Amino acid sequence: MLIPHPLLGLRDAQEFTYLGDARLIERPDGMAEGAEAAFADYVYLRDNPAGVHRELWFHEQGDRSWLVVTRDTVTHEIIGAELARDVAMRGKGGAT
Amino acid sequence: MHFSGFRVIKEALTGHKGWKPLWRNPDPQPSYDYVIVGGGGHGLATAYYLARTFGQARIAVLEKGWLGQGNIGRNTTIIRSNYLLPGNEPFYEFSMKLWEGLEQEFNFNAMISQRGVLNLYHTDAQRDAFRRRGNAMLLAGADAELLDAAGVRAMAPFLNFDNARFPIKGGLLQRRGGTARHDGVAWGYARGADMRGVDLIQNCEVTGFRIEEGRILGVETTRGYIGARKVGVAVAGSTGRVMQMAGMRLPIESHVLQAFVTEGLKPVIPGVITFGAGHFYVSQSDKGGLVFGGDIDGYNSYAQRGNLPVIEDVAEGGMALMPMIGRARLLRSWGGIMDMSMDGSPIIDRTHVEGLYLNAGWCYGGFKATPASGYAFAHLLARDAPHETARGYRLDRFARGHVIDEKGVGAAPNLH
Ligand SMILES: Cc1cc2nc3c(=O)[nH]c(=O)nc-3n(C[C@H](O)[C@H](O)[C@H](O)COP(=O)(O)OP(=O)(O)OC[C@H]3O[C@@H](n4cnc5c(N)ncnc54)[C@H](O)[C@@H]3O)c2cc1C
Repeated sequence: MLIPHPLLGLRDAQEFTYLGDARLIERPDGMAEGAEAAFADYVYLRDNPAGVHRELWFHEQGDRSWLVVTRDTVTHEIIGAELARDVAMRGKGGAT
Repeated sequence: MHFSGFRVIKEALTGHKGWKPLWRNPDPQPSYDYVIVGGGGHGLATAYYLARTFGQARIAVLEKGWLGQGNIGRNTTIIRSNYLLPGNEPFYEFSMKLWEGLEQEFNFNAMISQRGVLNLYHTDAQRDAFRRRGNAMLLAGADAELLDAAGVRAMAPFLNFDNARFPIKGGLLQRRGGTARHDGVAWGYARGADMRGVDLIQNCEVTGFRIEEGRILGVETTRGYIGARKVGVAVAGSTGRVMQMAGMRLPIESHVLQAFVTEGLKPVIPGVITFGAGHFYVSQSDKGGLVFGGDIDGYNSYAQRGNLPVIEDVAEGGMALMPMIGRARLLRSWGGIMDMSMDGSPIIDRTHVEGLYLNAGWCYGGFKATPASGYAFAHLLARDAPHETARGYRLDRFARGHVIDEKGVGAAPNLH
């Protein structure tokens, strides 16, 4: 599989390590009401879809950036990739 | 139709005209007491024990393709009970005991071969960890022997003992471990269930659950609606897809695992051998092919095929362990979808829907568990209480903090 790194172009997926569902970016607030249940969900439960999946890949043997890769889990087709930082900033409503 | 040596001779003398199909091929009834979703090893074993041991009636197994098309027919057939943790070891030893009597019990040749499973160690620390695991096995009534390098050399002189980085210092041997013919296991359970009145319904995909006021009423399928008092789901790699239809998110990711077989060779490998410094395991089939595998590919996947980097990694593991393997030609490779759980251990439990039960999270180790998984799931379905060896396999153990993490790597399914 080749991952289209937004800064470095097409890179072999072997240069990356895989973490999982990109929703891991949305870490719950540990101080909020019901944080314990929210963390149990966050740490252990997954949508695990058959089809399009947004997931975190770490460019360990490259520029050490985290990417959000959009990939089809049925065909292994890679549809796109962005810097996880950009995704996180957008989630917080910040400028990217 | 009872199988026996006498029967084989009789058929040989009468032109083999008396053999019959192993099971009926019935149409679905409008409703059943028990519907098992998934005609893999675990689903078939569940139906078999429900009918045979727990004396239940009106049971159907619904399979979306043909019986045994999934992981039961794709695995590397290793059976063993060499786990460490108290939540696991008694369960896998129970499974091993069921394997030992299985062929006589269901009157089918599943080619169960207790040729031994040898886990190699390469460092002093690994030896100590293996010694501890061996002791845990002995405490649970299993067998375990710690071999030194000379002991391993006597069994498998062809291994690369003096590798500069990973010298072989010994191994943990379970002599009662070994292999079984995976298809034979599925067929034996299927035939045994059919003989006891279970309807095995193929080409019948479950497409939805009918749930009212938190209670299961039945399942929607490609062959129409089928009512059920209780529904047990055992669909391995498809668990995420299927349970989503009951509104559940699970502590499971689906990943692809590959396996490999070489051309047939003369007998060379005495049992199952696993490399302790990389992930590589190998055995030799009765036809002579070397059957081997390694790690999962490591990313979520529902494609029943993997990628080349893992093939390279597995081949490197093989070459490091036994350089002679480089002379063998690879015949085939294939993949199966694993239901990787968040702690690497399975789930056999009720769900939030009354009458809907789940059997999942087998990762790449569910073949050896087939008998115990079927037995324990049947126990749960029939008695509404967990089997004593499967009490730890609760769905809520993650939220409660009672995970059963053999490897101690945490909530990272691709590392288990
Ligand atoms: C390459 C490989 C090597 C392995 N090696 C080993 C090993 O050496 N030792 C070991 O212990 N384990 C091993 N395993 C793991 C083991 O094979 C599995 O854990 C086990 O087979 C899973 O249980 P099962 O047999 O019930 O699954 P399956 O055979 O996959 O059964 C699930 C069934 O459910 C059906 N299904 C899915 N969705 C639906 C639906 N909607 N409606 C109806 N039916 C449906 C599928 O078609 C399938 O037949 C290996 C697995 C693989 C892929």
